[in-house]
Amino acid sequence: MSGRRILAMTRKEVIQIRRDPLSLMVIIALPLIQLLIFGYAVNLDIKHIPLCVYDRDATQTSQDLLKRFQATDYFRVVHLADSYRDVVRQIDYGVCTVAVVVPPQFSERLRSNGQASVQALLDASDANTANIGMAYALSIVQAYSERVQIDWRERHGLAAVAAAVTFQPRTWFNEDLVSMAAIVPGVVAIVMAVVGAFLTSLTIAREWERGTMEQLISTPVGKLEIQIGKLAPYFVIGMMDTAVCAGVAVWWFGVPFRGSWTVLFGCSMLFLVVVMSLGYLISVTSTSQLGASQLAMLATFLPTFLLSGFLFPIEQMPVPVQWVTRVLPARYFVFILRNVFLKGTSVRSMAGQLAALAIIAVVLITLATRAFHKKLE
Amino acid sequence: MSQNASSVVVENLTKRFGSFTAVDRISFAARRGEIFGFLGPNGAGKSTTIRILCGLLRPTSGQARVAGIDVAASPDAVRQQIGYMSQKFSLYNDLRVVENLRFFAGLYSVPARDLPDRLAWALRMAGLEGREQFPTRALAVGWKQRLALGCAVLHRPPIVFLDEPTSGVDPVSRRQFWDLIHHMVDEGITVFVTTHYMDEAEYCNRLVLIDRGRIVAMGTPTELKNRYMKGQLLLVECEPLGPGLEALRGTPGVVDAAVFGSSLHAVVADAQSALPKVRECLEAKRLRVGRLEQIPPSLEDVFVSLTTSRESKLEKTV
Amino acid sequence: MNSSPAIIVSALSKRFGEVRAVDQLSFDVHPGEIFGLVGPDGAGKTTALRMLAGVLDADSGSASVAGFDVVRDPEGAKHHLSYMSQRFGLYEDLTVDENIRFCADLFGVTRKKREPRSAELLAAAGLSDFRTRLAGNLSGGMKQKLGLVCALIHTPKVILLDEPTNGVDPVSRRDFWRILYSLLAGGVAILNSTSYLDEAERCHRVGLLYQGRLLFCDEPGALKKKFPGEILAVHAPEPARVRDLLAKADAVRSALVVGDRVHLFVDAAARRLPELRARLEAAGVAYSSMQSVAPSIEDLFVSALEGERS
Repeated sequence: MSGRRILAMTRKEVIQIRRDPLSLMVIIALPLIQLLIFGYAVNLDIKHIPLCVYDRDATQTSQDLLKRFQATDYFRVVHLADSYRDVVRQIDYGVCTVAVVVPPQFSERLRSNGQASVQALLDASDANTANIGMAYALSIVQAYSERVQIDWRERHGLAAVAAAVTFQPRTWFNEDLVSMAAIVPGVVAIVMAVVGAFLTSLTIAREWERGTMEQLISTPVGKLEIQIGKLAPYFVIGMMDTAVCAGVAVWWFGVPFRGSWTVLFGCSMLFLVVVMSLGYLISVTSTSQLGASQLAMLATFLPTFLLSGFLFPIEQMPVPVQWVTRVLPARYFVFILRNVFLKGTSVRSMAGQLAALAIIAVVLITLATRAFHKKLE
Repeated sequence: MSQNASSVVVENLTKRFGSFTAVDRISFAARRGEIFGFLGPNGAGKSTTIRILCGLLRPTSGQARVAGIDVAASPDAVRQQIGYMSQKFSLYNDLRVVENLRFFAGLYSVPARDLPDRLAWALRMAGLEGREQFPTRALAVGWKQRLALGCAVLHRPPIVFLDEPTSGVDPVSRRQFWDLIHHMVDEGITVFVTTHYMDEAEYCNRLVLIDRGRIVAMGTPTELKNRYMKGQLLLVECEPLGPGLEALRGTPGVVDAAVFGSSLHAVVADAQSALPKVRECLEAKRLRVGRLEQIPPSLEDVFVSLTTSRESKLEKTV
Repeated sequence: MNSSPAIIVSALSKRFGEVRAVDQLSFDVHPGEIFGLVGPDGAGKTTALRMLAGVLDADSGSASVAGFDVVRDPEGAKHHLSYMSQRFGLYEDLTVDENIRFCADLFGVTRKKREPRSAELLAAAGLSDFRTRLAGNLSGGMKQKLGLVCALIHTPKVILLDEPTNGVDPVSRRDFWRILYSLLAGGVAILNSTSYLDEAERCHRVGLLYQGRLLFCDEPGALKKKFPGEILAVHAPEPARVRDLLAKADAVRSALVVGDRVHLFVDAAARRLPELRARLEAAGVAYSSMQSVAPSIEDLFVSALEGERS
C-alpha cells in the first residue's frame, strides 16, 4: 500500500468536490435544510384544531362552556354554525375538523336534572388529529362538568366530594419541549445517514460513467487504496456536518446536551463509517450515478425515518418488523444519540448498540471491498 | 422543389452556445446534384452546421436556406425535403431490418401505395435483400450504416445530409458506402456530407474545410490543392524515419515536416532549391535516402498548412 | 531488434456470450517498434488492448507485457506500461497540471523527476501555455495529447493506445506522432490501434484484425511484396464510370474508387494494361492515365477482407 497513491486519490477527490457545485450544496445546505425542516415539521403537538360551534341553547350556561373551547390554544373557533346542515357542510369542506353542538335546553336540563349532554362531531379522515381533538374536547367538557358539580354542591351547602375517577392529562399538553428533544436527535441521525450514504454512493459510479475508471484501473493503484483515498474526504466532511447538526440541535432547537462531546463524536465516527460503507457498496454495484443515488436515498431515508424508532416506537411495531430493525444501523444510533443528548449515561450503557454498529460496519466494509474489482465486465 | 441551382445556401451563419462560438459566420452554397463535403476535425462545427440545416438547431444569426426554405423560419417544412443520417445512425437495435425501414417510412409519411417499392429499393441499395428479418443488432457496423442510409432516404428527398457516416467503419465498407453515395447522386440527389477522414474528401465534388467554427478554404479538391497550399511539398523516403524527421525539421528551407504514410512530407518554400539541401542534410546524418521528389499535396497537407501559421517562416526562407 | 519482445501474445481468446471477440490471437511487439492494429469496428482491437492492459480478464491464452504475465498477474505489469483508452480517460474537472500530478503520483514518480519531465512533454505537445486549464475545456486534439503526456510521465516501457487520434485535427495528430517517434530511440514498444490507413502505413509492422483473428501481420513493405497481384491506377474525371465498366472485365479481380482514381486489382499489370485501355476507349469513357502502382495498405486490406467475406 502506498501512502502517495492514497494521498493522490484523496487530493483528486477533494479538488473534484470543490469544483462541483452540486456536491457542495449537498454537503453544506442539505443537512441544515433537512434538520430545520424536520425539526419543525415533525411536531407531535397538535394545536389550533379548527373548531365549528353550533349553539342551539344560546344561554349564559352554554356560552360558559363554549368560551372554554375558545380560550384554549388547542382549538381555534373558525365558524359559528346556524344549522346542522351548516355544520356538516363545514366538515365536508374541511373548514373544521371538530364541531361541538350544544343541544337546546342544555342549561334547562343541567339546572333541573343535573345532567346534560354535549355533542361533538369529528372529521376522522385524519384519524390522528380527530383522536387528539376528541381527547381535548372530552377533557374540556369534563373539567366543565367538575366545575358545575362543585358549584352545585356549594350552592346546596354540601361538601366537595372527590371525583370517583380522576382525569389524567395526556403528556403532550405540557411537554412540547420534550417531544422536540426526543425528535431532533433522531433527525440528526437521518441527516447523517442520508448525507453520508448519498455522498459516497456517487463516487465510484461517477468514474465508470465518465470513462475515467477504465484508465484508473490500468494503473498500479490498488483497490483498497482507491477505497481509502476516496472515502477519506467524505469522512471528514461527514464529521463536520455532524458537528454542525449537533450545534444546531443544541443552540437552535434547545435540545439539552447532558453527555460528553467526545462520546458523541466517537459514536458518530463509527456510524459514519457504517453509512459511508453502505454508500460505497451501492456505488460499486451500480452502473449509473442516477441509480446509485436513488438507491442510496431509498436505503437510508425511508428505513431511518420509519423504522429507526426516532418517530414510531419500535416496541409498537409487529414483531417481524422489529426483527428487521435489528439490521438497521440507524436504530442503534438513534438510541445512542438520545442517550448522549438527553440522559448523559456512560458508554457502557450503550455497549450493545456500539457492538451492533461495529459488526454492521465490518460486514459492509467487507462486502464493499469484495464487490469492487479492478476489471471491466 | 425550387428551380434554384443551389439547393443549400448559407450566409454568415453563426451559432453560439453561451460564450462558446461553435459556428462563426460561415457562408457557402451547395449545388443540386453534387456531393458537397464538410471536412474538419472533431469539434470544428460540422455537426452543429448540419443540425442547423436540418432544422434541429436554431441559428444565432445569419441565414440558411435548404431547397429554398428558410430553416430558421420553417424548420418543419425543411424536414419534409431532406433526409438526415446522424452520426450514431439512430437505428433501433431491437427491431428487425424491415421494421426499422417501416418505422422510418411512417415517420416520413411515405404513402402506403409507394411503400412496397420504396422498401424494395432501399433493401436493394443497401445490399440487404434477403436479410429483411435480421435483427438490426446482429448487423456489422458497415451494414448498419447502409441500412441507416436507406432509412434516411425512403421518402426520396432531394437533399440528404450525412453526418460522419463512415465514422468507425472499416476501410472496405467505407469505400462501398461512398459508392452508394455516388449512385444516389446519379439519381439527382444532392448529398451534403461531413467527415474527418481527409482521404474521403477526395470523393466530394466540392469541399469546405472547417476548423474551429470558421471556413478555412472552399473549392474542388484540385482547386484546394493548387490554390491553398502554402509552399510546395516534397516526398522524402528515408530510413530510419524518426531521425529523418528530426533532420528534416532542422534543415534550412524546410517549413514543416511530418510523417505521412511510410515516408516523410516536407513543406518548403521552393522545391527546386530545397531538394539538394535536403539530400545533403539527410546524407550528412548517414540516413539512407530513397525517393526524393516534389509531389502534389494531399488535402491533409493543405489543411495543416492552412491551420498552422507558418507564413512568417515561409517568407523568411525565400 | 535483437532484444526479446516487449509484448508477447499467444493464443489469446475472449468471448462475450456467443461472440468470439478475440480468437487465438498471437503476435509480438519489440522494443523500439510501433505496431499498428487495424480493423473494422467490432474486430476485437479494443478487447485485445484491454486484456493487455490488465483491465479485462482473458478466457484463455497467454500474454506478457514488459516481462510480466498479464493474464495471471496483471498488477505487476502496470508499473511498466501505459494505457490510453478509446474514451478520454482523464478528469475533465481537473486542470492539465493536476491531471499530470495525479498520474505521476499513481506511478510513484517523485516531484523532482516529475517537474522537468512534465515540462518537456508539455512543450513537445504544445500544451505549455495551458497548464492551468481544465482538461474539459481543451479541444479534442489537445485532450489526446494531454492523455499521451500523462501516459508518458512515468517513462513506461510499453505503451498501449486505443485509437488515440480518432477525429483529432491533423496538426495535433502530427504532434502526437512526432512524440511517439521520439520515444522509439529509448526502446519503448508501442501498440497502437487505428482506423486511419495512413497511420497504419507508418507503423513498423501492421496487423489486420477481423472478427477477432489476425489476417496478416508484417511490415507494410513485406506485405505489399506478398500482395497476390498488382495494381493499376486509372486517373479519370469520372472514376465511378471507369470502375463500373472495368469491374466486369475478367482480367480485373476487383476495382475500387480511391479518391480521384480507380485501383484495379489484376494479376499482372503490364499484361493487362493494353486490353483494359482498349475497353475504356471502346466504351468512350475518358481517362487521363493508367499505370502500375505499388499496392497501398488499403488495397491489402480490401483484398484480405474480401477474401474473408467470400
